[in-house]
Amino acid sequence: MSIETIRSAPATRANGSTPVPATPVPVTPVSPIEAALTDTKTLTLAKAINAGLRQSMLDDPKVVLLGEDIGALGGVFRVTIDLLAEFGPNRVVDTPLAESAIIGTAVGLAYRGYRPVCEIQFDGFIFPGFDQIVSQVARFHYRTQGALRMPITIRVPFGGGIGAAEHHSESPEAYFTHTSGLRVIAVSNPQDAYSLIRQAIASDDPVLFFEPKRRYHVAGPVTPQLGEPFESARVVAAGTDVTLIAYGALVTTATDAALAAADEGISVEVIDLRSLSPIDYAAVEASVRKTGRLVVTHEAARSGGLGGEIIAEVTERCFDYLEAAPVRVTGFDIPYPAAKLESHHLPDLDRMLDGVDRVLGRRR
Amino acid sequence: MHTVHTGETPDILLQLLSPEGMRLADADLDPWVAEVTGADLAALYQDMVVVRRIDAEATALQRQGELGLWPPLLGQEAAQIGSGRALRADDFVFSSYRENAVAWCRGIAPTDILRVWRGTAQSGWDPLVYRMATPSIIIGAQTLHATGWAMGAVFDGADSVAVAYFGDGATSEGDVSEALVFAASFQAPVVFFCQNNHWAISEPVGLQTRFGIAGRAPGFGIPSLRIDGNDVLAVMAATRLALNRARTGGGPTFIEAVTYRMGPHTTADDPTRYRPAAELEEWAKKDPILRLRRLLDSLGLFTPELESETQALADATAAELRAGCIGLPDPEPLTVLANVYATPHAGVDRQRAEYAAYLASFEPTGGKV
Repeated sequence: MSIETIRSAPATRANGSTPVPATPVPVTPVSPIEAALTDTKTLTLAKAINAGLRQSMLDDPKVVLLGEDIGALGGVFRVTIDLLAEFGPNRVVDTPLAESAIIGTAVGLAYRGYRPVCEIQFDGFIFPGFDQIVSQVARFHYRTQGALRMPITIRVPFGGGIGAAEHHSESPEAYFTHTSGLRVIAVSNPQDAYSLIRQAIASDDPVLFFEPKRRYHVAGPVTPQLGEPFESARVVAAGTDVTLIAYGALVTTATDAALAAADEGISVEVIDLRSLSPIDYAAVEASVRKTGRLVVTHEAARSGGLGGEIIAEVTERCFDYLEAAPVRVTGFDIPYPAAKLESHHLPDLDRMLDGVDRVLGRRR
Repeated sequence: MHTVHTGETPDILLQLLSPEGMRLADADLDPWVAEVTGADLAALYQDMVVVRRIDAEATALQRQGELGLWPPLLGQEAAQIGSGRALRADDFVFSSYRENAVAWCRGIAPTDILRVWRGTAQSGWDPLVYRMATPSIIIGAQTLHATGWAMGAVFDGADSVAVAYFGDGATSEGDVSEALVFAASFQAPVVFFCQNNHWAISEPVGLQTRFGIAGRAPGFGIPSLRIDGNDVLAVMAATRLALNRARTGGGPTFIEAVTYRMGPHTTADDPTRYRPAAELEEWAKKDPILRLRRLLDSLGLFTPELESETQALADATAAELRAGCIGLPDPEPLTVLANVYATPHAGVDRQRAEYAAYLASFEPTGGKV
């Protein structure tokens, strides 16, 4: 009967070609391995996330990946490489090009008890999915008084420094730290990338997971341990004169700046926030109470950025310990500039040292 | 063939019940209501009368200041009851905010439906218990949730179906188009149930689309049906047909139920500013309850007992609704900071502690100054 007659989808296109069905590519199963990482290995940051994703998928059959080009290609940054072959097309889902749908269908999957991991191909492409993130993902637990959880991880390669075209170098994290209901993570090194992606996926809250794309190919030692809770900050370099707070790609720059400052006899304590919501203010406060001077750096624009928020919170909590007005070293309040201008926009080692000098009263 | 895949605006309207209450034959739809008994028809009639009464009582409660707002479904009873009663318990509904009759079919207490409109909660019920999502206020957003849920049904090998309810206005939203793309690509078991009630607040359906709504779906690779949404039998048959396709691996189906919003968009709206009275009169003749009553009458089934039973049920439901609404307790102040996260979040936890201390500073001192 009508089941056949209402199949009204045209069998051929206007030009006579036959539509190609959305069948998954053939997959060659690889031999299963018990764990993605058995002991300490040197991995790039991208490979560390891949290992973390793989371990999470081995641990929990409800973990599914959604995104554009994440299957056969392994993602434009190859972060999901080989996962389609191992887990198949029901767990590594190449989606049509629609970010709102990538997030919105993840919501529906979460209704069924899945733990979706969405890949947004580039930071600048997250905005078509913004409504689903802030109006739906972030609110369901609150809206339903805890009845419905949204254990969705949204992976976002972020930040500049790769000479890219527009919309490929953005730092949109403050939009999400301003949205309650979301947790926001930004990793800086392979070990944290591995440990924190696993913690993010295991979290019953939605997590925006920002990956520093210009550090994807930096290698470092990675152990299989989950490490500290993902909302804790990390002191990268201990110091006594100035606290320098960074996250994502700028942690490396800040660490280099601390080394350079040490040559001039200035002791800079570098803190890698790791979690941008919540922020580990206990760690921040402890450092500022020790140094009395605070510099915050990020690639994102200054106005309305995290630097202002952190400085306000620190000022409320330990104003009496501050020796000088805190300083922000950030991107300018501009749309992201052309590649040949981005070195002027991005905080670099010299601008961080300039910030350190200013908070020490050595420059105006 | 009731298909729509030409470049012309579709004008086929599937019906099983004329406005005069005459049972019409339709070879495609008839098999899906072949087993509907006289008792079933009476039950559908009762459902429609009761949800219309709930609607009227809620409107009155809003006028009396007991509800902040109410979105009436007046005129859309057949579209919602016919589809809602076609669903299986393990199917899942993702709706807009006007599907109060669907909520009734899912077994949700009418008082719970009122919670969000009285402002005591952002969700009136636990979506996982009733398998009906919190109604979406963002237009069209729920169609993606339905599609994702249905993709999961494929992954799980389940034969349950997601039903996305939305209106003619929603078809202009990008999320709806994205949902149609995803549903088609993944052959997700989802029924897109569009109630074309002709008005999106003040905007007529012709502003949303130059082309018939049902005619869009085939362009996405999704078969569609355009049915008389005021005909409860046609709605039930079409929904069952679509559900069956979904359950048996046939993928998504799009249903345009052509109906009419007889009331305002919400109690805050004034349709006399934009809607011709003649149009309302025309649609009043197509009333969904009246035509089923006429059918029952012609079959000798509209008995005084049915009439009085239905009246009693409607009265009792309305009384329960009124008492339940007025009796809804205001939420405790500190719940304003509850459940923002599923796991402890230092920032919100700190604000909660601060606000608790602030509130405590106003507590009675037991007579001491």
